[in-house]
Amino acid sequence: MHLVTYIGLVHRAEQTLADSFRVVGQGHAKEPDVLFTCQALAQMSDEHVRRLIPIIDRYGEQGHGDDVEEPERLHASGLAEVRSGPVGLLRDLQDLHVLGTLVQTTWTVIIQAAQGLRDHDLLKVARDAGGETARQLSWLNTRMKAAAPQALIVAR
Amino acid sequence: MSDRIADIWGARTPHGRGTVWPARVDLHLADGLGEWEVDRWVQSACLLCSNGCGCDIAVKDGRMVGVRGRATDVVNHGRMGPKGLYGSTPWARSADRLTRPLVRDNGRLVETDWDTAMGRVVEVSRRLLAEKGPLSHGFYTSGQLFLEEYYALAMIGKAGVGTPHMDGNTRLCTATAAAAFKESFGADGQPGSYTDIEYCDAIFLYGHNMAETQTVLWMRILDRTRSADPPVIVCVDPRRTPVAQEAERTGGVHLAPRVGTNLALMNGLTRELFVNGWIDEAWVQAHTLGVDDLRTSVERYHPDEVGRICGIDPDDLRRAARIFGESERVLSTVLQGFYQSHQATAAAVAVHNLHLLRGLIGQVGSGILQMNGQPTAQNNRECGADGDLTGFRNWDNEQHVRELADLWNVDPLTIPHWAPPTNAMQIFGYAEEGSIGLLWISATNPAVSMPESARIRRILGGDQCFVVVQDLFLTETAQLADVVLPAAGWGEKSGTFTNVNRTVHLSEKAVDPPGEAKSDLDILLLYAAAMDFRDLDGAPLIGWSTPEEAFDAWRETTRGRPVDYTGLSYAKLRGPTGIPWPVNDGAPEGTDRLYADAVFPTATDYCETYGHDLLTGAAVTEQEHRAMRPDGRAFLKAAAYTPAHEEPGDDYPLLYTTGRTVYQFHTRTKTGRSRSLNRAAPDAWVELSVPDAERLGITEGDVVRVESPRGAIEVRARVGHVMAGAVFAPFHYGSWDPTGANCDGRQANELTMTVWDPVSKQPYFKTAACRVVKVRDGDGPAPAPTTAASASASPGVPATGGGAATVSRVVDTPVYPNDPAQTVPAGGA
Repeated sequence: MHLVTYIGLVHRAEQTLADSFRVVGQGHAKEPDVLFTCQALAQMSDEHVRRLIPIIDRYGEQGHGDDVEEPERLHASGLAEVRSGPVGLLRDLQDLHVLGTLVQTTWTVIIQAAQGLRDHDLLKVARDAGGETARQLSWLNTRMKAAAPQALIVAR
Repeated sequence: MSDRIADIWGARTPHGRGTVWPARVDLHLADGLGEWEVDRWVQSACLLCSNGCGCDIAVKDGRMVGVRGRATDVVNHGRMGPKGLYGSTPWARSADRLTRPLVRDNGRLVETDWDTAMGRVVEVSRRLLAEKGPLSHGFYTSGQLFLEEYYALAMIGKAGVGTPHMDGNTRLCTATAAAAFKESFGADGQPGSYTDIEYCDAIFLYGHNMAETQTVLWMRILDRTRSADPPVIVCVDPRRTPVAQEAERTGGVHLAPRVGTNLALMNGLTRELFVNGWIDEAWVQAHTLGVDDLRTSVERYHPDEVGRICGIDPDDLRRAARIFGESERVLSTVLQGFYQSHQATAAAVAVHNLHLLRGLIGQVGSGILQMNGQPTAQNNRECGADGDLTGFRNWDNEQHVRELADLWNVDPLTIPHWAPPTNAMQIFGYAEEGSIGLLWISATNPAVSMPESARIRRILGGDQCFVVVQDLFLTETAQLADVVLPAAGWGEKSGTFTNVNRTVHLSEKAVDPPGEAKSDLDILLLYAAAMDFRDLDGAPLIGWSTPEEAFDAWRETTRGRPVDYTGLSYAKLRGPTGIPWPVNDGAPEGTDRLYADAVFPTATDYCETYGHDLLTGAAVTEQEHRAMRPDGRAFLKAAAYTPAHEEPGDDYPLLYTTGRTVYQFHTRTKTGRSRSLNRAAPDAWVELSVPDAERLGITEGDVVRVESPRGAIEVRARVGHVMAGAVFAPFHYGSWDPTGANCDGRQANELTMTVWDPVSKQPYFKTAACRVVKVRDGDGPAPAPTTAASASASPGVPATGGGAATVSRVVDTPVYPNDPAQTVPAGGA
């Protein structure tokens, strides 16, 4: 069942997103709203990871191995370090947005499967988490729109 | 004759529920003058807090010599507070007024003429516009100008220069009030009225030490609580303020949550309403959106859990909730204890939620007063010289922007509306990195009032940004400027302003300003003319020049908006009282309270904002808003409590919170120059609780060093009534002192941190961690007043007093327009 593959995917992707939020927040700590909001958004993803644990216990999680039929290039890599300056912040927020979109579409796919399986627990976790992923993406979008004019036109 | 330093609120005039507040005229004249010796009385309103008391300015030999409350004014019924009485006029005659422009030459500020000073501003402005465009300009204004001046500034910034970087000190004092209104009701606008005080059964004051910040409004409450049928007071405050004492006296509750945990407390109160069924289900169904999400959001805030987070007795929370749930009519007021603290907007919105859940809004006695800090903050929000769009328009609504562009006859793209307007803290961030190259500061003192003072001084004093300051005095901020422009103050110019209760007053010019000082309006228009801003037809962008013409132009921008001034004119405002908006054909004498029909300005095409995620500040999109079909229903919004950004730890074990005292206003520019006021609170101090002081070996008056990761101050300690684990510091005191002494090292904001609310963008002044160590023994008590929240816990501290004589006399109570006690049968409505 490939659902197991996707549970593994979302597990890894949420963890990567949480870590990347923390990297970007710390790296741009001179912007206090970025620091503190990224910390809060990282905690959202932490919570999603935590809530996945009983799901993984039930379905199992396929990692890498001989018997795994996992599509190639499944996992996205996170942000290990930040860029500098106003334009750097903009690009880092864009990277977070790309990661967040992967998480969101993964939850969408899982929601579909959970409905097919009539798995109410999984459906609840996936819907709650998917809703919060939308909040993460909304903030990234809002913050990028606010930062863009100054960064692109007048920043040194 | 009464000493209103010793007797802050004056004599009581108690009266029964549902009856009109009796009139009492308070007055003070300098130099022992009698009323009969005054040459002229000039109509105005008081500018020394947000209450907006109607008053007349006394003029003698061409000088302002005192004030007298106007008995006929709906706001104050003749009363004045100590700041208004003693502080309104002495500053004007102060020898250190700015009388000529200053420019920086070879590192020093030197006097010059207007042509030279404005020439330098215009040269830099033109060069930056040519090289980098409008985003190189920032304007940081005040909560103390007049409406006409904000409107001129809004046009200059938004339609002349075309920069989104406009904000004001209002961001520090009132942004959360505006943001909370917009999130819940769709637009700014105070729902309640002061007349609710006469009808309510309970008053909840959230983070609002009204007894010191709005003394006249507190008199109005005292005249009810000291009557035979008093309302019950509930107080949320970490200090044992006079409000807290009144809560105990009236059988109410004083809740003192740990600093930074307001939202947990509010979520707990909300949960109690659900659990106990104190909900008007039918009303909620008809007039609100989001009740199910709200119920889910507050589920986990059981009283025991709230008690654990906030450090309060769970039964106190239950009692407070019961008072809210079972009182027939409830009035709530909110101020800086919520606005300047952690999760500000979410906590302020939670106050709205409580009222909406019970349908307690829009009716006599059931109101909400989200207060303002500064006297004209409301006008900055209305005119849009801050982060708002003129006339409560929505910057995210193309049609609203087009309307404004048509009114101003400019290209809609000139008006920056592609992203949220830049908030004050971000403006200073851009000035720090130099992408804002011209920062124009009017009538405010960020070097003292903004968080993390050392950083602000560095930004203003650096070469990366050209700083223009217009002010009455060479403030701590002006000393760092490249050009200083001398401004006329209150009584030296005409204009209107609007108090926290939507009441508009006209303040007329009483005397000429000193030397070459000009009104802020004239200064701004001088710049506009020199820059030659034009409209689409090539005519001057601003075609008017007097305050009255500016008012009339502003009035046209309010047509069809919630902030409707169309029925107002200078002639109408010269009547007996200020008038609360909306004023129009349907309400020619103004409107006492909003939302009597329970229809809120939330329709997608009408609202001032589509709203935000209260936890992150992410904007709701137009499509998302439209899909909810709010159509006049109010929003119930919630957020989970999260711990504050800086929690006490091993190195900094105490919570640090800043605030106000009754005798000083803002950075003391006016009150510090009044002998009566300044003697009552002459120097900075910090307040410690008795157990903390004992543990640290500190006694009353000892000199202590208070330190946070960002800075330190050395001041004297008042061992008083702040909650254990917290340290309170008044924010008024900078390096300037009326004695001429240089007083470095006492400024409360040296310690505060650069962090702000995700929605209102209001900085948090009340959530830092600190440590306190004793430096040396004191030589007497701390310079803190004994008369209110700063009272000493130790006996033997001399009582604060010694104010000059004032007169206070009870007069026949006039008939007030819109007062429910005089317009509907007693006890009705």
